[in-house]
Amino acid sequence: MEPEYKLMGNTLVVYVPQELDHHIAGKIKAYSEEIGRENPLKNIIFDFSDTVFMDSAGIGMIMGRYRVVQRQNGFIGVKGVGASIHRILEISGLYKLVEICE
Amino acid sequence: METQEMTLEFDSDSSNEGFARVAVAAFAARMDPTMEEMTDIKTAVSEAVTNCIIHGYEGGQGKIRLECKIQGNILFVTVSDKGCGIADVDKAMEPLYTSKPELERSGMGFAFMEAFMDELKVSSMLQGGTVVQMSKKIEKK
Repeated sequence: MEPEYKLMGNTLVVYVPQELDHHIAGKIKAYSEEIGRENPLKNIIFDFSDTVFMDSAGIGMIMGRYRVVQRQNGFIGVKGVGASIHRILEISGLYKLVEICE
Repeated sequence: METQEMTLEFDSDSSNEGFARVAVAAFAARMDPTMEEMTDIKTAVSEAVTNCIIHGYEGGQGKIRLECKIQGNILFVTVSDKGCGIADVDKAMEPLYTSKPELERSGMGFAFMEAFMDELKVSSMLQGGTVVQMSKKIEKK
């Protein structure tokens, strides 16, 4: 499964597929960098509604996007977080960097 | 004690990360793990296989070997490559340390393997490759 995206003004919404690993993280990074060159992105929201698996590659990718949006005083949002993604966000300390959007 | 084993060898390619997770999950299913135990195993396997691809073979070609063994109620998983090896294993295992920050690595791979499995042993030889051995006890329901 491939990630899907929606651009709303200067906010990019990433619909994360079932599993977010190094393979998918690389695709999301490449897409957001490409779109960011054409339209400066302020915020990125990750929608985890369909996601049941994430490993440390997902954390690295989100931290990378955090560094980018921070320069624009933007934010990283997460939504639709289920039990297994919640666990990873909590263990990694990522909740300190992201905002919960519902 | 009854033992069951499974061995797979596949190309060092990121599209095989998901394949490796599913293969181990299917093999371990006979132990009747909880959903959380299954996710723990899949996460640890994913971390180990990703390390082989990014660090062992540095994005190049190579083979990754995945060996699983069930002995009683313990699952043993070994992930090995014949890649470049790790110069300082203790350093590599420090949480948040990464040799490749430019690739947006979080440095949490080994920490996750340690957190989600009961035991973790890493041995490596420069230019020889790396072997990651993990085990996890699956509680009887």
